[in-house]
Amino acid sequence: MSKLESKIPAGPLAEKWTNYKATQKLVNPANKRRLDVIVVGTGLAGGAAAATLGELGFNVINFCIQDSPRRAHSIAAQGGINAAKNYQNDGDSVYRLFYDTIKGGDYRAREANVYRLAEVSNNIIDQCVAQGVPFAREYGGLLDNRSFGGAQVSRTFYAKGQTGQQLLLGAYSSLMRQVNKGKVDLRTRYEMLDVVIVDGRARGVIMRNLVTGGIERFAAHAVVIATGGYGNVFFLSTNAMASNGSAAVQCYRKGAYFANPAYAQIHPTCIPVHGEFQSKLTLMSESLRNDGRIWVPKKKEDAEAIRAGKLKPTQIKEEDRDYYLERRYPAFGNLVPRDVASRAAKERCDAGYGVGTGLAVYLDFSDAIKRLGRDAVEARYGNLFQMYEKIVDDNPYETPMMIYPASHYTMGGIWVDYELQTTIPGLFAIGEANFSDHGANRLGASALMQGLADGYFVLPYTIQNYLSDQIQVPRFSTELPEFVEAEKAVKARIERLMAIKGKQSVDSLHKKLGRIMSDYVGMGRNKAGLEKALVEIDKIKKEFYSDLRIPGEAYSLNVELEKALRLEDFIEIGKLMAVDALHREESCGGHFREEHQTEEGEAKRNDQDFMYVGCWEYKGEDQKPELHKEELNYEFIKVQQRNYKQ
Amino acid sequence: MWLTNSSIGRKVVMSVSGLFLVLFLTFHMCMNLALVFSPEAYNVICGLLGAHWYTLALTAVLAAGFIVHIVYAFWLTIQNRRARGNDRYAVNVRPQGVEWSSQNMLVLGIIVILFLVLHMAQFWFKMQFNEVASSMAGLDGEYLYHDDPHNGASLVITEFKNLWVVVLYLVWLVALWFHLTHGFWSALHTIGFNNNIWFNRWKVIGNVFATVICLGFAFVLIALFLHTNIEGGILGWNAADWLLNK
Amino acid sequence: MEKTIDLTLKVWRQRDRKSKGQFETYNVKGISTDSSFLEMLDVLNEQLINEGKEPVVFDHDCREGICGMCSLYINGHPHGPDSAITTCQLHMRKFKNGDTITIEPWRSAGFPVIRDLMVDRTAYDQIIAAGGYTSINVGGAQDANAVLIPKTDADEAMDSASCIGCGACVAACKNGSAMLFVSAKVSQLALLPQGRIEAARRARAMVAKMDELGFGNCTNTGACAAQCPKSISLSNIARLNREFIKAKLQD
Repeated sequence: MSKLESKIPAGPLAEKWTNYKATQKLVNPANKRRLDVIVVGTGLAGGAAAATLGELGFNVINFCIQDSPRRAHSIAAQGGINAAKNYQNDGDSVYRLFYDTIKGGDYRAREANVYRLAEVSNNIIDQCVAQGVPFAREYGGLLDNRSFGGAQVSRTFYAKGQTGQQLLLGAYSSLMRQVNKGKVDLRTRYEMLDVVIVDGRARGVIMRNLVTGGIERFAAHAVVIATGGYGNVFFLSTNAMASNGSAAVQCYRKGAYFANPAYAQIHPTCIPVHGEFQSKLTLMSESLRNDGRIWVPKKKEDAEAIRAGKLKPTQIKEEDRDYYLERRYPAFGNLVPRDVASRAAKERCDAGYGVGTGLAVYLDFSDAIKRLGRDAVEARYGNLFQMYEKIVDDNPYETPMMIYPASHYTMGGIWVDYELQTTIPGLFAIGEANFSDHGANRLGASALMQGLADGYFVLPYTIQNYLSDQIQVPRFSTELPEFVEAEKAVKARIERLMAIKGKQSVDSLHKKLGRIMSDYVGMGRNKAGLEKALVEIDKIKKEFYSDLRIPGEAYSLNVELEKALRLEDFIEIGKLMAVDALHREESCGGHFREEHQTEEGEAKRNDQDFMYVGCWEYKGEDQKPELHKEELNYEFIKVQQRNYKQ
Repeated sequence: MWLTNSSIGRKVVMSVSGLFLVLFLTFHMCMNLALVFSPEAYNVICGLLGAHWYTLALTAVLAAGFIVHIVYAFWLTIQNRRARGNDRYAVNVRPQGVEWSSQNMLVLGIIVILFLVLHMAQFWFKMQFNEVASSMAGLDGEYLYHDDPHNGASLVITEFKNLWVVVLYLVWLVALWFHLTHGFWSALHTIGFNNNIWFNRWKVIGNVFATVICLGFAFVLIALFLHTNIEGGILGWNAADWLLNK
Repeated sequence: MEKTIDLTLKVWRQRDRKSKGQFETYNVKGISTDSSFLEMLDVLNEQLINEGKEPVVFDHDCREGICGMCSLYINGHPHGPDSAITTCQLHMRKFKNGDTITIEPWRSAGFPVIRDLMVDRTAYDQIIAAGGYTSINVGGAQDANAVLIPKTDADEAMDSASCIGCGACVAACKNGSAMLFVSAKVSQLALLPQGRIEAARRARAMVAKMDELGFGNCTNTGACAAQCPKSISLSNIARLNREFIKAKLQD
């Protein structure tokens, strides 16, 4: 169990990070020039890390899958970013942000990491403002805040409905400044296909140039994975089309532990699915829950009439509407955490009260419009309403929006210690790609916070503790046998897929995988379903290797091949999720086992047996992965059942 | 030099030379109006603008303004075509809110120049140029191309008796109007003299201004044509006194 | 509610930057009017794959109108005939049964074609690298509320900052000019006190890079702003001109 050393510094919670920084080893400026770091990904975490490492003086090679770093999917975050500034004088503090995050994560995150996250949250806002991020302001010129799910204070900073975009563009501009200075070697349209291990340490990557199709080798003293989450395993999700879990799977196959794969967040406010042809789901910001009220008809016959198109939502009388979140959770109402809101929507729809296709509930702004006026609502949510109207062709000012939960974020990821280092020395994972800060459920506006915290303020410190004893290590040649081997394996993998020459397209197989994942490994899970999922995924895997069709050439631009390689890894992740979900005999956060619920249908945790991080070690193809446990010790807060009722 | 080797610098040159030419047009239009009311007054102005050193200097500046504006127009257009790439769009639609004139400034400009050649041959050649050339040729009191370069009024009145001349000039004015409606606000925009509030204001001002200029010119043309072709005339002076025998 | 339509597609196919491209005509049937334009292309590609042909290559990613990756010139309009949206937000209800749709890549010397409908927009990154930032290292920032910024300035900066860098402005411009893109970034930072400090340097550097990369000269046709999926205002260009002229007069 020595591999799972979390390296949490000693001392009181509030002093751990300060102590760490005071005693960690640093690299002097002359030596930084001699050290190379590979950063894969240019989202909030990757972009910020590459920029900051460049500023510090390291040589950075930074890759992204899109045509520009600015396209990373962090850009799509709408609502905002949390920080414990307490500018609103409503009683916020670092401790409260820490506490809310731990509680929101259903007590499955590491205390020390989360406290550090809350601590640096304030620096993030300062840094972003200095970069010129145009956060919303009040007439006096001070920064404005809004409230978000899972918190009783207003601590969310926002830039219209485009906060993720603005923060990413801030990180991107810092990154491009380093590119201009020659400190960051930026490679766009590159996808990682393997991590290269030399003498037990991560020393490079094998990349596919997506334009030429060529396989290229890159060496460095350390490798940082910032490739986001694996939510696209569900095929339909709010993730971008190219978002994938492949980099994480490659690390996993090379020995990095994969932690809590079952913790996947289903976001409550997405535009519902409306057809077979659909390629992705669109998220509507959680901030809408500030003013929108969620309901379904109280009477089943009303719901049926609506589904049949005989009744309009506006015709349902006030007393015939069931504002189920306000009814069940009076204290937080429509602002309960995401997992709770999602499950409540599913519960109502499963019970037959859904509207639209049956898998949708209403998000109604008529009260807000009455209370604040249409203009005020438009000022707050205008762009979101416009987006909704473009997609659905319905005017949300007049008729309530329809929403339904959709796969959105994955709390699970590569296991990392306090220094964000994986079980492979020299291999780091940051942002959504790691598992570290959100426990079993992430609160709204915390993903941006974590990505930037890791990228700007944590990794640039902790990586030096590793690199400080690498200063004597000369640059690696990519001609080392380990690189040659890795490239050979990658090519063999590609050629294997190209040689199948079957009949089914990648997308059609991916859709099949997605259906199984959402049916059995989605919002509600049970033993029988998960066991079935494992069987079904294996069937898809067989189909994949026998009946896949990839047109085009192996070593040229080939989008289908890109997708096939990603799907191959999604199949691995899908299995891993099912295995983890099956083993975790409790309900917590984004993981809801139907066997483990209270009489009222709330999630029932089992702290006695499962208060640990479930880490999976790869044991070879088609072998059952081995479970390792990192016990979670709550020294500073009292573990409670989550309660959003009072 | 940023006025030649930066895109904004080149545009500034277009803008400033354009605004200068707009000033000239304004002056020219005002001067023409005098003719409608009094050919004598018009000739006084012509006299002031004869072959004096200051008018020659101003003419040189004006010519430079034209040449710079024209040369830059071609230069920018060539660069812009190159920037567009080798393959053209198969389908092109002018988006809503985009003025037709803004995308055809060069064509409009070429129409304006072609008529300018005619215009120069008709008047400037016989007046200022005639005067200068004649004095350089050592002729005293005699002129090479036309009897009296100071009697601009007669020259103009005689020319605009012809219907085809008037029609050509009206066509020219239409092109000029389109050119000015875009050119005016665009020039101010290019030198940075614009924002969200003034955007529409400048457009309106530009349209009004272009219309006033073009109507002013057209008014003189039409008034002269009618006056010289209608029995008894419509203006307060006798047309026959001013018509030259050709 | 759901309707389906049949369409004829004229799609630009080009092997690589140097090859000569041409239009290919395809028929797609039974397209739901509720589907998005890119989902319609997914259907086409699925059809091509099933026929053993190579699918049409086009850029796309977030499919919710914010990443700026999608870039199709549809029936004479960048991002298609609807206003203020990206291609991925264009829905098939904008088309009628039997329509012929012409789909072309962005065409500009600054954006060479990589394959089919996919173009290379790294020029935009290079322009940002030349100066589209504040020179602030991590760690040195003062408290976020230390400098008061008038709400109107912050809001205007936000409007400029909402540019997604998709390149529709260049694609729409008959001059292949990148002025709207450059001016949006210059404006955002010029409007905020944090960015004011380097305003002159930034305007000079970004315009120089834009010119160097072969983008055309702006003639204020306004096609860029009219076609911009984020409705970036033309007045940004006036501000850039102002900043640039000011900077040059200081030299």
